[in-house]
Amino acid sequence: MSETSVSETQALQEGLAGVASDFSSDRQSFHVHWGKAMMWIFLLSDTFIFSSFLIGYMTVRMSAQDPWPLTSEVFALSMGGEPIPLLLIAIMTFILITSSGTMALAVNMGYAKEKKKTFYLMLITAILGASFVGMQVFEWSKLIFDEGVRPWANPMGASQFGAAFFMITGFHGMHVSGGVIYLLVVAFRVKNGFYERRGNDYSIVEICGLYWHFVDLVWVFIFAFFYLW
Amino acid sequence: MSYVSLYDRDHEIEHHDPDTFLTKYVWSQDHKVIAIQYGGIAILVGVVALVLSILMRLQLGFPNTLAIINPESYYQFVTMHGMIMVVYLLTALFLGGFGNYLIPLMCGARDMVFPFLNMLSVWVYLLSVIILIASFFVPGGATGAGWTLYPPQSLSAGTPGTDLGIILMLVSLGVFIVAATMGGLNYVTTVLQYRCKGMTLMRLPLSVWGIFTATILALLAFPALLVSAIMMILDHSIGTSFFMPAMISAGEQLSYNDGSPILFQHLFWFFGHPEVYIVALPAFGLVSDVLATHARKNIFGYRMMVWAILAIGGLSFIVWAHHMYVSGMNPYFGFFFATTTLIIAVPTALKVYNWVLTLWQGNLHLRTPMLFAIGFIFTFIHGGLTGLFLGNVTIDLPLSDTYFVVAHFHMVMGVSPILVVFASIYHWFPLMSGRMFNETLGKWHFWLTFLGAYAVYLPMHYLGFQGVPRRYFSLGNTDFLPESAHTLNASITVSAIILALAQILFFVNIFMSLRSGKKAKPNCWGATSLEWLTPDTPPKHGNWGHDLPEVHRWAYDYSVPGQEQDFTPQTVPASEVPVGRDHGVEHN
Repeated sequence: MSETSVSETQALQEGLAGVASDFSSDRQSFHVHWGKAMMWIFLLSDTFIFSSFLIGYMTVRMSAQDPWPLTSEVFALSMGGEPIPLLLIAIMTFILITSSGTMALAVNMGYAKEKKKTFYLMLITAILGASFVGMQVFEWSKLIFDEGVRPWANPMGASQFGAAFFMITGFHGMHVSGGVIYLLVVAFRVKNGFYERRGNDYSIVEICGLYWHFVDLVWVFIFAFFYLW
Repeated sequence: MSYVSLYDRDHEIEHHDPDTFLTKYVWSQDHKVIAIQYGGIAILVGVVALVLSILMRLQLGFPNTLAIINPESYYQFVTMHGMIMVVYLLTALFLGGFGNYLIPLMCGARDMVFPFLNMLSVWVYLLSVIILIASFFVPGGATGAGWTLYPPQSLSAGTPGTDLGIILMLVSLGVFIVAATMGGLNYVTTVLQYRCKGMTLMRLPLSVWGIFTATILALLAFPALLVSAIMMILDHSIGTSFFMPAMISAGEQLSYNDGSPILFQHLFWFFGHPEVYIVALPAFGLVSDVLATHARKNIFGYRMMVWAILAIGGLSFIVWAHHMYVSGMNPYFGFFFATTTLIIAVPTALKVYNWVLTLWQGNLHLRTPMLFAIGFIFTFIHGGLTGLFLGNVTIDLPLSDTYFVVAHFHMVMGVSPILVVFASIYHWFPLMSGRMFNETLGKWHFWLTFLGAYAVYLPMHYLGFQGVPRRYFSLGNTDFLPESAHTLNASITVSAIILALAQILFFVNIFMSLRSGKKAKPNCWGATSLEWLTPDTPPKHGNWGHDLPEVHRWAYDYSVPGQEQDFTPQTVPASEVPVGRDHGVEHN
């Protein structure tokens, strides 16, 4: 072994030992707000919920004998007489991703102690989230009333299509709705100085943001596995 | 951004002492009170499950003597007994009970990081228990699908409780998962973020390691159960076909089509197998501390014990399909899952060796908690060895769904964790109550329980080899069974009744000792870990008085050579007593 690689190995060993001793040091393992640590752990658990949903959906899609409906046709929206595939979903996805952007700005403003900007940015995020849920309501009612899709059957093919669709998007929609309420509560607390009185600590905005980004990320997977596949 | 840890802000945080009866004992946010609430509810509902098991045994030992036991109620008893024991008793007792009590005390914290969430957790748990018990009283009664709730039979006509019973069971599980998640987030975050000065991860007692790892397993395994419960509720209530294949029932084609029953089994066991370790890992941890304390010796191979806990926890997520060898899944899966199952035996065996080596040449004090702990080693080895049989596909096939399986899992995750529960209750009872228990009653309780458990479960292995199927209401006209099998069944039933009655000794002991037991001295066993070093026994709200403790050594400095005392508490600085052994690099 050459001299350089020996010293590299040694440096790596020391580095790894440093990582291990930092992690197992006394008092705390991560130098973050405990609420943030708790949110990360919760999101890890929630990841397993959505993974189970998506794996369940893939399994029933494989076990279904009837043909799987073509998502590009089912989720098409007519514009000027022409059906455009996945138009509504594209808009919904765009809105949700945009809301992640405004959320990230809100976190930044929170740490800069800009109360007013934080409040408005969080409010915009919540409005974008609410409009996402509103469009989901539109999508659901279009499928139910116009196209006759039901959780137990649909005219286009495999009955598991409606079952998986309503279950997974419903569960995600509940996450978004819950997130909107969470965002509004925190936003108004920011506005009325609740956190200013509590040691001027705006970590909660970031914790709230973690949840919001997670919900967006889950949507990307639902979009990919349900709508694009 | 800079974040100041809770530890450094300790004197800034105001601690409101609860003063009314309601805030002190009912809506309490104190982790110790919540622990006892959790434990009390769990043990109460566990007694219900115990009574159910006796009713089942009466039918098996002396068929058709009791009118209230008919095939329907028998299956309801089987189902509720299993579900209560696994989820509502053992999981709740280890995580909610011992986890709540010991984590903050052993880490040197004042409470959990989020006491309010902790309080919610116990009340939501109570709600889930109420929903579960309510299912006995609805039309059609509780579900009789077996604790595994396999569809399609759990939703099909002919199974008891397909109207409301199964729905209440699934809703109750969902509510329980919410409670376990709220508690679990607290336990994990407390262990990671709220330890006292000097308390590194590698100085934590093994109890904390076991409960901590088990809680992570719970947070990652319960989601699969939640999802399968939601899917099954949808199948039952609005007619989706996630799990239900096309079926003809009573000559009529049902509206279901193309569902995948085996998907449920995969989701269920992805929860179900880690669940075994959610129960076992806290037991491993607690028993290690009881053994070391009463053997007056450091735990053998502490570092390897920690790694074994983590390895078992990780491996437990890739062995689930060994419950499904006969389900009709792809046979190649069996090869993979048999291999991982046998690999998990390696860290488990390592732990057993280390327990035995901890006892080797120790100064054993055979008090009640120690007897239970040593009893655990016996029953666990026994149950673990039969696990090696069932983990192999070819041996499992003939033994599957026989009493051999019943004997195996009762030994390994029924009797063994329960023995640790008793060991731990006796061991920490002086701390929790401030009084000593009655040693004579405790020893009677141990011997009756230990020998009773063998009298019940050892013969079941033979019944299994004879081919006696499990979950049968009556054996009926089975010529292949010798007459002795029936005699053996009667003998098991008698033993089970004695075993159940012996538990009365435990309750008598606890209640008598609470009223009139001898006052416990602080640190009555001469233990080293922090929970025994509080200024008051039992510890008061806030645990530590004015100042948080400071830790200078690991939790197992027993019988350090050249010391007067045979134990050195974790708070003794290295300048007074040299650190017997420490792990890792310089910390402070």
